[in-house]
Amino acid sequence: MLKDITLGQYFPGNSVVHRLDPRTKLLMVVAYIAALFLAKWFVSYAVMLAVLAACVSISRVPPKSLVRGLKPVLFIIAFTAVLNLFYTPGREIWRWWIFKITWEGMETAFFMMLRITMLIMGTFLLTYTTSPIRLTDGLESLLGPLKKVHVPVHELSMMMSIALRFIPTLIEETDKIMSAQKARGADFETGNLLQRAKAMIPLLVPLFISAFRRADELAVAMECRCYHGGEGRTKLHPLRYQRRDYVTLLLGAAVLGTVIALRNFGL
Amino acid sequence: MAHIIETKELTYAYPREEGEPLRYALDGVDLTIDAGSFVVVLGHNGSGKSTLAKHFNAVLLPMGGQVLVEGMDTADEDLLLEVRRRVGMVFQNPDNQIVANVVEEDVAFGPENMGVPSQEIQERVDSALRTVGMEAFALHAPHMLSGGQKQRVAIAGILAMEPKCIVLDEATAMLDPSGRREVLDTVSRLNREKGITIILITHHMDEAAYADRVLILNDGHIALDGTPREILSQEEKLRSFGLAAPHTVELLNLLKKDGWDVPLDAIGVTECADAICRALERG
Repeated sequence: MLKDITLGQYFPGNSVVHRLDPRTKLLMVVAYIAALFLAKWFVSYAVMLAVLAACVSISRVPPKSLVRGLKPVLFIIAFTAVLNLFYTPGREIWRWWIFKITWEGMETAFFMMLRITMLIMGTFLLTYTTSPIRLTDGLESLLGPLKKVHVPVHELSMMMSIALRFIPTLIEETDKIMSAQKARGADFETGNLLQRAKAMIPLLVPLFISAFRRADELAVAMECRCYHGGEGRTKLHPLRYQRRDYVTLLLGAAVLGTVIALRNFGL
Repeated sequence: MAHIIETKELTYAYPREEGEPLRYALDGVDLTIDAGSFVVVLGHNGSGKSTLAKHFNAVLLPMGGQVLVEGMDTADEDLLLEVRRRVGMVFQNPDNQIVANVVEEDVAFGPENMGVPSQEIQERVDSALRTVGMEAFALHAPHMLSGGQKQRVAIAGILAMEPKCIVLDEATAMLDPSGRREVLDTVSRLNREKGITIILITHHMDEAAYADRVLILNDGHIALDGTPREILSQEEKLRSFGLAAPHTVELLNLLKKDGWDVPLDAIGVTECADAICRALERG
């Protein structure tokens, strides 16, 4: 049951998209999201769809897995679409009681669906092609300037990577505690929602206690290895922009520019 | 020979609830450890052996007395990093000392903290992983490894800091026999080939055979101090400290009581077998 929790899942590969600097990819995703929200009409969306398709095909990530990523958010997509469908004022085509559908509503609903779908696929492409470590490294480096205003950027990224490191360990431990509690007659599978939530207490209490103990030991072990915050720290694999990163950044800027231009023409 | 670690009148007590009497975990320990030696510290639970280990690289600071690492006082906060880069520590639970989710990145953690240039970190990581025989796993995720392998990665992480001394605080306690063997072989090789001082805290008597000096800790004091041969053959005394002598020594003691002419200090299994064979030949 716990095995299918996938957080920040990553498909190892060796495509150009995989090898791009994580900072480049993060910036590209930001630009991509901005472009999606600036896109106004079919032409812009067609451009964005083409860009996404190109990126997916270069990355060699199976498109199926991208579609699968949409499953958990299907409800949100449907919900936004319905809201937009019924609540956009404009030329009416259908009406029943307080519900009415307008042409504008149909259009916005369609674009909204497209927008969210593409948004999710684009961000999934980032996590599918970037290992969590590189992603946190990239974030730390991009957010670096915030250190000047005393945002603990290094600490946050260290916390993130330790959290990622301990997910499998804690899942293993949860399984172990579950088996131990089941052996003593605990029942996790039957009963209504409330009963099942209550049954989780004997699982969560030991898990939390051991997580705190682990945190304590890890902190000591880190200190023993001379950890003293981000100051003066070097990296095994420092991030360096390559030519492919500059090319990608230029292409990204061009796409964003195109979408902005198209928006001005109302396309 | 130069001393790498020196303790003078070392005293420590864990903080207690108010009103409770102070119970000393370490009560005036005077100890010098020679550079390049392999020391095993034995003691039953609560004898203070782990507390002693934690003083060697300033995880705990003495309440009374002093700990000197290459002459540097561990209580001096300015010298903290210098002390810790000389004395590395491997802990009991392998899972709780691995920081990164790639083996290579984890080994690099120490040197990264020390500000070693990237190129040199890679060299140190490669050589450390080769030394512990884990180079094939450089790009693996640590949680997929066995206990013994994880401990070897932890040792590599310490090695990459190029320490003079490695303290293993019950690092073999959670491992199965083959994992223990892996770890012990690795550290004794480091001791022989690289001259790194090894301090092994354990409650497994048989691990003492690897050492060239054995310390027995009892109630915060050093009760016995000598070569494995001298210490392990004293069955009665060991028992009074809550420790059991190795099976070989027990066997030899029983034979001796039955009137066989056997030496009592043949602690190795083969050595013991040879001694018994000789006794049998003599009739």
